[in-house]
Amino acid sequence: MNAQHALRTQSTGVPSSPVTGASKRPHVTIRGLSKTFGKTVIYDNFDLDIPRGELISVFGPNGCGKSTLINMIAGLIPLDAGEILFDGMQLADIKFGYVFQNYREALFPWMRAFDNIAYPLKMMKVSPAERKARTERLVAHLGVKIDLNLYPYQMSGGQQQLVSIMRALVVEPEILFLDEPFSALDYEMTLFMREQLQKLFMESGTTMVLVSHDLEEAVYLADHVLLLSRHPARVADFTVVTAPRPRTDATLSDTEFVRTKAHCLEVFQREVRRA
Amino acid sequence: MNKKFEPFLPIIGVIGLFAIWSMATSAQLVDPVLLPSPLEAGKAFWIGMHGALGFDFVKTIYRTLMATAIAAVIAIPLGIVLGASEKLYRSLEFVIDFFRSTPASAMFPLFLILFGVGDETKISVAAFGAILVILFNVAYGVMNARKTRLLAAKVMGASRLRVLFDVMLFESLPQTFVGLRNGVSLALVIIVVAEMFIGSQDGLGHSVFEAQQMFEMPRMYAAIFAAGALGYGLNLLFLVIERRFVHWSGK
Repeated sequence: MNAQHALRTQSTGVPSSPVTGASKRPHVTIRGLSKTFGKTVIYDNFDLDIPRGELISVFGPNGCGKSTLINMIAGLIPLDAGEILFDGMQLADIKFGYVFQNYREALFPWMRAFDNIAYPLKMMKVSPAERKARTERLVAHLGVKIDLNLYPYQMSGGQQQLVSIMRALVVEPEILFLDEPFSALDYEMTLFMREQLQKLFMESGTTMVLVSHDLEEAVYLADHVLLLSRHPARVADFTVVTAPRPRTDATLSDTEFVRTKAHCLEVFQREVRRA
Repeated sequence: MNKKFEPFLPIIGVIGLFAIWSMATSAQLVDPVLLPSPLEAGKAFWIGMHGALGFDFVKTIYRTLMATAIAAVIAIPLGIVLGASEKLYRSLEFVIDFFRSTPASAMFPLFLILFGVGDETKISVAAFGAILVILFNVAYGVMNARKTRLLAAKVMGASRLRVLFDVMLFESLPQTFVGLRNGVSLALVIIVVAEMFIGSQDGLGHSVFEAQQMFEMPRMYAAIFAAGALGYGLNLLFLVIERRFVHWSGK
């Protein structure tokens, strides 16, 4: 079953808009994706279209290959078979950002936060003056109030992850991947960071793919929730979330939102039981 | 207990040691010829450090640091290259482990033939021992670089060479300093032994040996303390350098 098919079979309780329709050209097209780890088939001839300018949450049972999916799209893991194109281009031809779950191990502790953020620009052979200017511009644009002269280990977990996200954004990526970015943070910080991410998304309009293990978070942040089945992963549902942005605490108790969340949970549990 | 006194706790052990030593000598529990009083040994240390012992002290520092520096210059680049390629390291691991386990003192006769009886022999045997210790640690430091950090660099478009210099090199620094501290300790051991035996004219090893031969016990204890202070001081020096340069270590 592929994404388009999944959309057509979407349950009636949830409003849907065909994302692969003429209104929006897909940003990422995944065709015939296959991946096995040892004897476990994670993906078998998997198809998916990721719409442009949307925030997609990926949710599914444990070990179904949520992270594997974005790691393959971002080129961290090789594909066994299949093709992933970005506006018809290869990964090497586009600018993208990636935010790791473990910010402690993803940032460079020997560099100050500012230099961490500017590092991808160095890899793009941007001049030092230009690097400084672009990083400062990003900091000002986001209104971040952290002392960026500190080293990562002198910062709180949330601040470190914010630095990671800024490092991913500084290249002005066309697409941003986030692998459970808030799961190592305490709840208070998680709530704060969700708001930060929503703000970033609304301001930049960058296509974002977020892996989450928290259903409420997945629905709250997303334009579409990609629900995966157990491996070999299929698209169990590609649920539209219609709640207007900016979403707030009030959104969480909104009838429509609650219904969408319940629908996702139902699909999830159906997939879990299928084993 | 009051927290204010906690920094002074280590001094208690030192005072205790000198108290027991004083009591043992004043009560004549030990032959005063074999164990002079702390005062006598202290006097010999004070006088010696302003004269011959001080000269020997400087000589041993020079040789030990020279050996460690040579070892570091050879071992660090080599360790990075070996660590960056796990296959290469695995194929040389046995050879490195074998010579790392070989007592460097067993190499004296060979190095004597190669370099004669001068400083070169002492320094090169010590460097030989230190090289393998440093090499081993650097290679492991590079091999154990955090995978996420390497992936992060790769995802930002860093080339293999960039990853090596921007990430692996820094990742290996804490372990490199472990190697340097072990290396300098080993170099000191080898230098002091070499100074005792191979036609030496100076150095702390020579000083200890000569005092023993002439039965000048206070002078011998003074030289032993000088060697101890040197060993402790070198270790401390490398710790201070490490804190300064590898400020992120353990955080």
